[in-house]
Amino acid sequence: MADFGSNMAALLPEIILVISGLVLLLVGAFAGKKAVPAINLTIVGILLLVAVLVLLRIPDAALSLFDGALRLDALAVFGKFAALLASALGLWLAYGYLKTDKRLTTEFGVLILFAALGMMIMVSATDLLALYVGIEMQSLALYVLAASNRDSLRSSESGLKYFVLGALSSGLLLYGASLIYGFSGSLRFEGIAAAIANDASVGLVVGIVFLLSGLAFKISAAPFHMWTPDVYEGAPTPVTAFFSVAPKIAAVILIARILFDPFLQMLADWQQVVIAISVLSMVVGYLGAIMQRNIKRMMAYSSIANMGYALIAIASGTAGGLSGLLIYMVLYAITTLGIFACILAMRRAEGMVEQMDDLAGLSRSQPALAIGLTILLFSVAGIPPIAGFFGKYFIFLAAMQANLLWLAIFGAVASVIGAFVYIRVVKIIWFDEPPQQDFVPVSRVQAILVASSATLMLPAAIWFLPALYEWSEIVALSLFAGG
Amino acid sequence: MEIETLLPALAFYLFAGVAVISALMVVIARNPVRSVLFLIMTFFSAAALFVMLGAEFLALLLIVVYVGAVAVLFLFVVMMLDVDFVELKQGFAEYLPLGALLSFVLAVELIILGATFRIPKEFVAQTPITADVSNIEAFGRVLYTDYAFFFEAAGLILLVAMIGAILLTLSTKKDVKRQKVCEQVSRTPKDGLKRVDVKPGEGI
Repeated sequence: MADFGSNMAALLPEIILVISGLVLLLVGAFAGKKAVPAINLTIVGILLLVAVLVLLRIPDAALSLFDGALRLDALAVFGKFAALLASALGLWLAYGYLKTDKRLTTEFGVLILFAALGMMIMVSATDLLALYVGIEMQSLALYVLAASNRDSLRSSESGLKYFVLGALSSGLLLYGASLIYGFSGSLRFEGIAAAIANDASVGLVVGIVFLLSGLAFKISAAPFHMWTPDVYEGAPTPVTAFFSVAPKIAAVILIARILFDPFLQMLADWQQVVIAISVLSMVVGYLGAIMQRNIKRMMAYSSIANMGYALIAIASGTAGGLSGLLIYMVLYAITTLGIFACILAMRRAEGMVEQMDDLAGLSRSQPALAIGLTILLFSVAGIPPIAGFFGKYFIFLAAMQANLLWLAIFGAVASVIGAFVYIRVVKIIWFDEPPQQDFVPVSRVQAILVASSATLMLPAAIWFLPALYEWSEIVALSLFAGG
Repeated sequence: MEIETLLPALAFYLFAGVAVISALMVVIARNPVRSVLFLIMTFFSAAALFVMLGAEFLALLLIVVYVGAVAVLFLFVVMMLDVDFVELKQGFAEYLPLGALLSFVLAVELIILGATFRIPKEFVAQTPITADVSNIEAFGRVLYTDYAFFFEAAGLILLVAMIGAILLTLSTKKDVKRQKVCEQVSRTPKDGLKRVDVKPGEGI
């Protein structure tokens, strides 16, 4: 065990985040309204800076911190980098949007910063207590962000709904954690793994099921998805964009770590649970999405279905599954951020466009935006030349290698149903008769995000996939070799 | 019986009896404020039982957290929300047979479970309580050393909660009345008092 000083040194990125958050909070309190945009931009900068710092400080061997509470390994570095980058882009997107509406506050940025800190703890947690602390830090910030538009009844409603159901799911998670602690005698993953190797009792299985239920809520997988459409619809749109990317990455990596690290020996016990959640999520997600006319609700159901695919990769329980999961999550994050940038960009003079039918005529008034959105929708539907296809490809490959051929086939069939949802939007954009009014020009932030995410999805930009694949392989192997 | 065994037994039955009776009163009291006060009484008796078990840290937590925070919050809610508890309790007799049946089944199930379930011995009291260290001291020794990270992180969670509460409730609108401390402090009897000569039978 390392001493306290070297433990703290390994947590340097987190400490920088905390200190800058506290300082900026004070600056915001004293500097008044004028400084608000500058503070939020500073936070975007800090998040990016810390993301780079995390990458620069990859340890040679996995470091166990605070007597096994946290582990700094390749998976943690990957997760921290992805979560920080997603948070920074989410805040940047929100900054561009909220500034025009004059609804930006200092606390908005600071809360996203603390949510990012919670995610950093989540992806490196190797202790049930650390896991819970990370989840709560992130969730509390998200509850407030969902309700941050106080003048809107729906925003307050979504915040309250998220809070109450989130508290319930935390209860389930804690109940599971206490059962696991009771039957293994340890909060540390190492201790749990040792207890399982000794004797895996039924109590542990019950504990895992409760723990998984709580975690499934956090990634909005069916049957714990009920809050998602309402919260996504009610929360301010840039907050929804943030919700559907960064917290999902962190929570999925957390689930992968806890199932692949101490509980891998009980694969047969949890695999069926994960498969059930995964199948349900795909069915509920896509069937629900078909019914929606509101584009934010559609994205909510789409994210439920996408979590179903992520869970296929986890159900495989192999290193290939983990690397497929990481690739899938990165591609999902890029695509979703791009789509939300499009949604934020689609404004008419009278306000935001949220209904799908109002998108008619986008191809005529804003052809560039329409092309970008089309590419992104094709990507999330998983149509071959676009990058989104490869995300699903690696997941199905992993499922087949783990003798889950039927699950891969089920996923493929579901994605055909899902393609209908996305292609319907494409049809509205390109072929439906436009209404009278034209769209307001796109702001710079949104244009950059749409353009860059759409370009990354194109076959022309396929160069980044091998690099991503290589990195995810290294990460997956490090967890399986060390765990 | 020896006095050493008699006194603890007496104390136990006293505290346990008070706890059970006041818990019953929480449910049957008509006035919700009284219910909350009885709840506080229950917490205190339970805390006394914890002290008798040698778990003084838990006892203090129970008083500080449950009595100090949760029960006071309950009191606020009960007093601020106009909930008609008499109306809530209507239909009690109507649902009584079904409720009694369900609670009977539940009780039977619990008894069967309690009779058959055995907690594995190796998981009970793994780390023995050292006699020379009180458990507050034992907590203190690890809380700021081994668990420093969790302690700090929990502090940050509370900070996030505080930021959230302020962000969601602090109103910066102009038409909201707010406290002006400077004006309050600089107020003199001269500003606050007005002498009015009231004629008999006229009023102000």
